[in-house]
Amino acid sequence: MNTFELLGQGLIAALQVQNLLYALIGVTLGTAVGVLPGIGPALTVALLLPVTYNLDPAGSLIMFAGIYYGGMYGGSTTSILLNTPGESASIVTALEGNKMARQGRGGPALATAAIGSFIAGLIATLGLAFVAPFVVKFALSFGPADYFALMVLAFITVSAAFGDSPLRGLTALFIGLGLGIIGIDQQTGQTRLAFGILDLLDGIEVTTLAVALFAIGETLKTAADREQVEASVMAVKGSVWMTLDDWKRSWGSWLRGTFIGFPIGAMPAGGADIASFLSYSAEKSFAKKPEEFGHGAIEGVAGPEAANNASAAGTLVPLLTLGLPTTATAAIMLAGFQQFGLQPGPLLFANNSSLVWALIASLLVANFMLLVLNLPLIGLWVKLLTIPKPWLYAGILTFATLGTLGANGAMSMGFGSMRISFELVLLLVFGVLGYLLRRFGYPIAPVVVGLILGPMAEQQLRRALSISQGDPAVLFHSPISLVLYAVAIIAVVLPIIMRMRGKGAVLGQLASDED
Amino acid sequence: MNKLLLAALVSGALSMPAFAADYTILAPAAPGGGWDQTARTMQEAFTAEGISGNVQVTNVPGAGGTIGLAQFANQDAGNPNALIVGGYVMVGAILTNMSPVTLADVTPIARLTGEAVAIVVPAASDIQTLDDLVAKLKENTGAVSWAGGSAGGVDHITAGLIAKTIGVDPTQVNYIAYSGGGEALAAILGGQVTVGISGISEFASQIEAGELRLLAVSSEERVPGVDGPTLKESGIDLAVENWRMVAAAPGITPEQKAAITADVKALATSASWQTALETKGWVDTYLDGEAFDAQLAADIAATETILKDIGLVQ
Repeated sequence: MNTFELLGQGLIAALQVQNLLYALIGVTLGTAVGVLPGIGPALTVALLLPVTYNLDPAGSLIMFAGIYYGGMYGGSTTSILLNTPGESASIVTALEGNKMARQGRGGPALATAAIGSFIAGLIATLGLAFVAPFVVKFALSFGPADYFALMVLAFITVSAAFGDSPLRGLTALFIGLGLGIIGIDQQTGQTRLAFGILDLLDGIEVTTLAVALFAIGETLKTAADREQVEASVMAVKGSVWMTLDDWKRSWGSWLRGTFIGFPIGAMPAGGADIASFLSYSAEKSFAKKPEEFGHGAIEGVAGPEAANNASAAGTLVPLLTLGLPTTATAAIMLAGFQQFGLQPGPLLFANNSSLVWALIASLLVANFMLLVLNLPLIGLWVKLLTIPKPWLYAGILTFATLGTLGANGAMSMGFGSMRISFELVLLLVFGVLGYLLRRFGYPIAPVVVGLILGPMAEQQLRRALSISQGDPAVLFHSPISLVLYAVAIIAVVLPIIMRMRGKGAVLGQLASDED
Repeated sequence: MNKLLLAALVSGALSMPAFAADYTILAPAAPGGGWDQTARTMQEAFTAEGISGNVQVTNVPGAGGTIGLAQFANQDAGNPNALIVGGYVMVGAILTNMSPVTLADVTPIARLTGEAVAIVVPAASDIQTLDDLVAKLKENTGAVSWAGGSAGGVDHITAGLIAKTIGVDPTQVNYIAYSGGGEALAAILGGQVTVGISGISEFASQIEAGELRLLAVSSEERVPGVDGPTLKESGIDLAVENWRMVAAAPGITPEQKAAITADVKALATSASWQTALETKGWVDTYLDGEAFDAQLAADIAATETILKDIGLVQ
């Protein structure tokens, strides 16, 4: 069956009322959390994981992907109207977008962001549909040694390569790797670091860690922040519609942004922040009127907004085909798949083909929904910004606790006659860890990625060594693994060179918390 | 945020337990696996046959079923309505995990189904028959890598038993554990490992498609519809089956145990159950009472010996 037929079947599944509803919930939530500064798609998906435990797998995953896409749309609104990025991927958008809003051109800025996101989302989702089968074919030939090399690459790019401090990134990664050791070792069936606690036999639940680090950690951080900056929301004045000149200036930027964003998102080192930044520099150098940059150039909104949406679709390529998360949201979506007993990777396309294609097709549907949600309803989203923070975070805290109890609420710990939930204790302990990491500027994503990929990397390494009967040379035998290691080395060296050439500030900006 | 709260309330309402349940069946595994399917098939057959009005299935996954088993033994003691599904994998897991709760802490009722373990090689392999594999094992045991389900499970045990039966050192068996036969499939098809060993259903479609060559099945008799000899036919005096069972709570009276056994027997002989077995490809190996207790004790003893031989249990 070719891609068109598979995508067609996926569309039929995606257009079922139930899946449409899940997609609608996803994009609505996604836009909302995208608009709200400090709350992002990773946190939202993490919060919803325990709640969806008993729901339909396909529907839940469609909802998660909708949140991811929606977050990319919503983030621009805050950037443009508030000069505070709603989303780390929209940092660049604020540069030109807010200037436009100050000049009374907020409407066209929002419009070019939304239409650009739509076009980029559409092209990149189709890109995902056509690229994924090829990657799957390629990935089926991966042996344990190749998988191990892939994981090493992921570890390096997620933790050390892009960020202001490789040391902090690696520290965060190793916390995750350490937590990943807990539980029964798959190769020998022996328990490690469980200290006789039954709840630890199966290891630390990724969901619990993610909810704790993202939701509880962020709540504590917000509560501890003494300075509450009240930014002023720019009212949207004048026409919302773009002029003919705006269209002329935007379309090239949209396409460029898309073609920058998609491959960057698909690369293990990807992420929407990098894509949007690269797109901004590209627009600056392509612009006919470069002097307008910094004073509200519409290209500076159109390009990066297209790029961050395209990269969201790109991120799904390694996630679905290799089981490799390249961003925090992707890491938590991976946990979402695992929650339903699905393991993303080449086998997912073989064993759960209808689910995968329904998911990809509903991204196309979600994209249309987002365009409708974002253009006419923009006023509604802006109102979200007036919700007092304490209300918001009280809700998040309640939801995080209820969700964890609902998914894993066995009252398995006891002090005398009092029974308490072990999972809840873990949630609070990791929540404090999340706060400390944020407080001292350590990234969060490497911890989650370490917990998810650490055990997999260990299994693959030991399988490779076991098959070779202990000969470590097997790790470097295949051309695939050699290429992956080479890319990993480049990913380490390139930022060092960039730093030496004085681009460190840029990397620092990219390192801002991705949630 | 209102939507989030609403979703919380809705999901809370969905997960509310129903009031009366004649039987609650605990599946000590995640939804979708063999034990979960067994529990849910029991649920359907129990209600369809009118043996029990309202049956609830709960999942407590983890650690080869020992987490669910421990929770069941502690929380449901004396409850004549509580059942737990389990199987051979649990026997191995109890030993390797040094689980504080064992099958002696529950009341085993009956064995329900069984499945043969299949030994396969990729179509391109130079191993044509089980004899070729035995020769390779005797030549260099460690050079033969086996891919199968979790360590200490029935796949691993079978590989160890084969080595032991043909007279090579079981500690030298190079077993590569995957989370299940399906996960191991890619490594087997890709020729990363020498042989694959797992439940026949995991490999059935690839055997049929000619991508895998079936060397032998581990059951006493040939598997209907599958073209492959048993181990015994191939000269290895060994029969292993991955069976699934149902147990009741500890501390129930002999009368309660008898009543449960009668219900389970009625279930196992019912038309709904038999139809379900056929569609799922499960083999009926129903056994209860003293015969089952003896079989269980023998399996536990044999498993303990082989796990010690492999070196997984001290």
